[in-house]
Amino acid sequence: MLEIGLAHYLTVAAVLFTLGIFGIFLNRKNVIIILMSVELILLAVNINFVAFSSFLHDLVGQVFAMFVLTVAAAEAAIGLAILVVYFRNRGTIEVEDINLMKG
Amino acid sequence: MIVQAICFYLFSAVAVASGVMVIAARNPVHSVLFLILAFFNAAGLFVLLGAEFLAMILVVVYVGAVAVLFLFVVMMLDIDFVELREGFQRYLPVGALIGCILFAELVLIFGYWVLVPGIPAIATAPALPEITNTRALGALLYTRYVYAFQAAGIVLLIAMIGAIVLTLRARVGVRRQSAGAQVFRTRAASVEIVKVDIGKGA
Repeated sequence: MLEIGLAHYLTVAAVLFTLGIFGIFLNRKNVIIILMSVELILLAVNINFVAFSSFLHDLVGQVFAMFVLTVAAAEAAIGLAILVVYFRNRGTIEVEDINLMKG
Repeated sequence: MIVQAICFYLFSAVAVASGVMVIAARNPVHSVLFLILAFFNAAGLFVLLGAEFLAMILVVVYVGAVAVLFLFVVMMLDIDFVELREGFQRYLPVGALIGCILFAELVLIFGYWVLVPGIPAIATAPALPEITNTRALGALLYTRYVYAFQAAGIVLLIAMIGAIVLTLRARVGVRRQSAGAQVFRTRAASVEIVKVDIGKGA
């Protein structure tokens, strides 16, 4: 219990990942919360990467965690920009109203 | 060892609790603030794992940029958040079910899975204890992963251009200063000298 091993970190990451998935289901209407849930999921992935990197004494995991961080930042910027444009055009951010491309 | 264990349990408990609050808070501003708290505690976990540079990057990039971006957007958009929370109760059971299934699967994987004993010996980039984490990471990132690093830079550049192009709009009916027009004014076009006869000026 007091010896913190790889399994402990993986469990925390699994809990955060599950919370992210759960958040997407729970806030089906609010795009902002969905984006935040995606950030939680990516954070869980990063914790996995760093935990493996630390316990296997291999730095490559940390390098890839950095790339995940980059992609997460880009994704948040683009997602929020799309959200702002969408709100400007439609006056709402309800996910169920996003059906312009259904034809 | 005991201090490390206490720190681990503290950081992970706060991270998980704030993760719950991110998805359950009524006010999205509170959600963003709890997201920041979760990131801080994840950074603490990274420090415990010996990845100091990544921990600092997490604080700077996520808390300093991404979370503030979220905060900006949440406060900028005038949204009725009560309306958006409709169906929260309805989606709760199915979400909880899927979450439980997913978590059980992950625990099953992690529980019945062991590392091959010789793995640390064949690590491609062993973490050397005599140099700092940042230096080792830089030595790896700028040599073997330099192309991936450049690609990450291009991803960020394209994201920046995309975000600017998406949100930029040319509004009509707005008075703006035109520096070019001001610079290219000539004396002839803007000043007129009038000879006024004495005693006849208005």
